[in-house]
Amino acid sequence: MPDFCGIELTHPVINASGTYDAIAARKVFGDQLLEDFPFSAFVSKTITPEPRAGNEPRRIWETPAGMLNSIGLPNKGLEGFLREDLPQLAELPVPLIVSVMATNREQFAHLVEAVGGRDEVAAIELNVSCPNVHSGLIVGEQPAETEALLEALRPLTGKPLIVKLTPNVADPASVAVAAEQGGADAVSLINTLKASAIDPVSREPALAAGHGGLSGPAVRPIALQQLRAVLAATELPVVGMGGISSGADAAEFLTAGAALVAVGTESFRDPRAGARIANELETGVYEAPLRL
Amino acid sequence: MTAPFGRRSCEVAANEVSGGYRIFSLLDREGPLPQPGQFYMLASERSWGEGGGRPFLPRAISVAEAAPAKEGVRLDFLVEGVGPGTDRLCELEPGEGVWVTGPLGNSFSTPRQVNPEAAGAILVGGGIGIAPMAIWRRRLVEQGIPLRVLLGFRNEAHSGGLTELFCAGGTLCPDVRLATEDGHAGHQGYVTDLLATMLAGDDAASAVVYSCGPPAMLEAVRALCAEAGAACELAMESPMACGFGACFGCAVPKPDGGYMRLCVDGPVVRGDAVAEVAHA
Repeated sequence: MPDFCGIELTHPVINASGTYDAIAARKVFGDQLLEDFPFSAFVSKTITPEPRAGNEPRRIWETPAGMLNSIGLPNKGLEGFLREDLPQLAELPVPLIVSVMATNREQFAHLVEAVGGRDEVAAIELNVSCPNVHSGLIVGEQPAETEALLEALRPLTGKPLIVKLTPNVADPASVAVAAEQGGADAVSLINTLKASAIDPVSREPALAAGHGGLSGPAVRPIALQQLRAVLAATELPVVGMGGISSGADAAEFLTAGAALVAVGTESFRDPRAGARIANELETGVYEAPLRL
Repeated sequence: MTAPFGRRSCEVAANEVSGGYRIFSLLDREGPLPQPGQFYMLASERSWGEGGGRPFLPRAISVAEAAPAKEGVRLDFLVEGVGPGTDRLCELEPGEGVWVTGPLGNSFSTPRQVNPEAAGAILVGGGIGIAPMAIWRRRLVEQGIPLRVLLGFRNEAHSGGLTELFCAGGTLCPDVRLATEDGHAGHQGYVTDLLATMLAGDDAASAVVYSCGPPAMLEAVRALCAEAGAACELAMESPMACGFGACFGCAVPKPDGGYMRLCVDGPVVRGDAVAEVAHA
């Protein structure tokens, strides 16, 4: 029974933010989803202060052993989330972690206070892969910005704060250390890797936004090394993710020291992937190939 | 009715060449009978993503026909090999396993559900898009609903499925009209020429139009129906990683701004619920 920041979980497999809409999945698969829920905690899609429509299509593109996405954080905004989605997410049989993002400290503070004040929410994940409108810098790419943000948010809630680290930096460990110094309870990594593709027919960038984020098994060795670097630099519990598709993959991250693992892109290929991976971990199906 | 949770393995029962396409059948021992317009996410169990690393994601394929079979449901799919995923599906051998998630998405509404005054249905299919028209046509015929089916093809090499899905005893079903761009069969020109002629009649507004095909054809159908005051339902396609609302990849613009997710809000969309169908 993993204990993550004081939250008891039945197994170490959760979902990556933005890769599973439990409300939509329940409509598609019915209450079987709840009976056999694939994750031991559910991480919501990122919530922003105001509603967002998301990016213009085309939004996804298949790549070798992975995919690009530039979805653009479509969501109902804080008010819509609290009113429409939170009551439905509270019906899930596992603890709820809500992912939030804003472009300045005041709005981040508002999100953390509003979400952290709800009993249905077990923890908050901070999506810091966004610019600070005042400095123009991506918060999660700057240790000083990250530390200052955490210092501002830490006093506002007693709920665990998890910082989602971006892999698009030379030294992710320095950002993790900054998060720790600012008062974070945990970090999660990796977010997607900045990447692009050219559509061979149009000879234009394949995604309407020009570039996107790469996920899937293609990124797994990079994610594992970033996890190891972060673990070597901080005492924080770490949620490891990046291309995990099997119990053997999850075992790599757990063996390296991750407290939990998260599954993202593999859920697109198999809606029940989280449960399968947790089961493979438990039954040791992974043991044969795991020779570290 | 909901889909079984998770992907499941189904056995390939047959895979035959048809025109320039393939028709393959799966034996689904667990799933319900799909509704016309619904789709499945499909990936072969073997040789999916090995070597070059593609295909990686499952492919969304509309069901062309479904029937109760011994020990389950037989699902027929029409595929054209146009990339690594569909190429692999075309190569499936009987007895192989296919990962299946579904049935997914919504389905066609009956003409009376769309318009209580409706007298009948006009089905317009183009190319590979004739697949969902086949299962819908069969259902409408069973219900005794008057219908006309208009099918369009570029040429004979892109007319797969016609014989298997729209002929009886080797003869084209009497309710079906053809249009071909090269003139090898039926009207020489676009299938939308046939639709325009039909909609020019006095009772155009009493028909409900159902369509699936390439985006440019769907846009032409949408515009013709809007002009004629005929309601229409379009079975659309959009790049899709998951099929169950998780990836947010299949965004389709709504007329009043914002986007729908085609996998859970479609794939069947009312003509007036979609902005212009994007096409190159």
